Amino acid sequence: MSAVISITDIRRLFIMGEQQFEALKGVSFTVNKGEFVAIMGASGSGKSTCMNIIGCLDPPTSGRYLLDGLDVGRMDGNQLADIRNKKLGFVFQGFNLLARTPAVENVELPLVYAGIGSKERRIIAMAALEQVGLAGKEFNHSSQLSGGQQQRVAIARALVNKPSLLLADEPTGNLDSATTEEIMNLFTALNQSGITIVMVTHEHDVAAFAGRQLTFKDGHIISDSQTGPTDRKD
Amino acid sequence: MDFLQTIKISLRALRTNKMRSFLTMLGIIIGIAAVIAMMAVGSGASYVISQQIASIGSNIILVIPGSTTSGGLRTGGGAQTLTSDDVKAITSECRSVSLAAGTVRSTGQVVYGNLNWATVITGATPEMFEIREWGATAGRSITQQDVDSASKVCLLGQTVAESLFGSADPVGNIVRIKKIPFTVIGVMERKGQSPQGTDQDDTIFVPLRTAQRNLVRSQHTNNIGALMVKAKNEALLDKAEEEINSLLNQRHRITNGKEPDFTTRNLSEILAVAQQSSKAMSLLLGAVASISLIVGGIGIMNIMLVSVTERTREIGIRMAIGARKNDILMQFMTEAVMLTLIGGLLGIALGAIGATVVSKILSWPTLISIQSITVAFFFSGAIGIFFGFYPAKKAAGLNPIDALRYE
Repeated sequence: MSAVISITDIRRLFIMGEQQFEALKGVSFTVNKGEFVAIMGASGSGKSTCMNIIGCLDPPTSGRYLLDGLDVGRMDGNQLADIRNKKLGFVFQGFNLLARTPAVENVELPLVYAGIGSKERRIIAMAALEQVGLAGKEFNHSSQLSGGQQQRVAIARALVNKPSLLLADEPTGNLDSATTEEIMNLFTALNQSGITIVMVTHEHDVAAFAGRQLTFKDGHIISDSQTGPTDRKD
Repeated sequence: MDFLQTIKISLRALRTNKMRSFLTMLGIIIGIAAVIAMMAVGSGASYVISQQIASIGSNIILVIPGSTTSGGLRTGGGAQTLTSDDVKAITSECRSVSLAAGTVRSTGQVVYGNLNWATVITGATPEMFEIREWGATAGRSITQQDVDSASKVCLLGQTVAESLFGSADPVGNIVRIKKIPFTVIGVMERKGQSPQGTDQDDTIFVPLRTAQRNLVRSQHTNNIGALMVKAKNEALLDKAEEEINSLLNQRHRITNGKEPDFTTRNLSEILAVAQQSSKAMSLLLGAVASISLIVGGIGIMNIMLVSVTERTREIGIRMAIGARKNDILMQFMTEAVMLTLIGGLLGIALGAIGATVVSKILSWPTLISIQSITVAFFFSGAIGIFFGFYPAKKAAGLNPIDALRYE
């Protein structure tokens, strides 16, 4: 099966006391292996909620979500944690690295929870840092790295477990335009090497790096367009 | 996730806030130090008491002369109301009694060569040595034959032997007690201090009859100063005391309402009371120490809660990249247990130093047992588990999305 994400009629209802708010009102789409998808929309459009559901951080109220063919909706907390660990890699807007911790140990963290021994961990993490162009900075703490470098560490951390899907939530939100370009070029290169990427952004020029744009508004997908060449290999 | 890694992570977290970690530990350090010092002082005291009990001999009842009234004048203590016949009667008629011995005491100067020493001279029978479980290390003890023939032989206590003979062997030499020459037949085992604090080795023993005839001034040579009785076993102590009382009342014609001319004293009982009060003291100190441990534990819980709130984002990151609830729970539990265990170890060291200082300065005996150290160590770990559980549970129960967004 080549669909990495298969979402059918997903709804998400938030109940806060007396008030109810439906953030997703029946969303369906499929992402195939090797795609680079940008999810766009204004704040409150439901794109972040959708991202959380894709990232197995938040369960949908109803609907069906298959990740790599596995029905995620039926899993318990520990199974979801393992899915996040082995199938997903996260890149956040605020980098979310552990403070006062060397870059290489940040990258090792997913391997720690995967139960991989310390020597092997170090080898894999070093290779991942080299892949994102940070050879020589392995033992710098995050405070000693620039924003772009920190995001590269975060990307290396997301890739270290060889996930099926790389999820990026506003990955360039905290970066200047030159660094944004650098990071987006890195994403493009990773995508070309076969990694499936789903990225949330509200900037059109960032979204333009992706081959496909999904636009959300008021809990619905209002457009699904292919702008660039995509590597569909089915 | 392996345990070693969990420990490494928690130690790193503690190192990040060194001052805070230390202040948090302080409660546990003080509590554990108090427990260790208290146990050391308490078990030191009860060790001394049990040594003293052993030095007196077990299951002993002392009968001493009471007050007498003659012509309206009451006298106590010095009166000589007990006789060797009382001893014989108690031995043959009191069924709970295994041994009885009469003694007389006198003080006097002992002279050997150009050295002299003032000491207590006790007239004794072989039974007394048996009751007190006190033998001779050199030479021999006093025999029944010595008593019967009133021979002029003596046994020296360690202190007397040292002050008159130094390191030389006294056995066979002649010493003069109140100007009468006595042959030294042996030296007694060392007994140490009595519960009253007197030196039990500063004494000389002579056969009872020799003392009655030559050393003690009394109306009758049959009089004895005190009576020592050994009950058959501990359970029969009270029964033996009753039997002695009723027998001596009868023999001394003490009718109802008349004041007895003797008093019985149960020595083991007095010491048991002392032991009890030292135990009560230990318990009280223990209660104070446990309160400080509980306060320390609450401090740990408080700081762990602060730490969980501070590190909400970190928890979110860990959850997002695949930490299970249990991994987070273990991480914070380990951190709390590390705090208390390190605090416990420091407390044990501090308590041991404290106990040593107390014993040096106040010359109070202390005893630090492996047992108390082990108990303190595991107890401090248990405090970490108990007080660390709630904050760790709180951390593990966080929603990953909320945790990631926490500012």
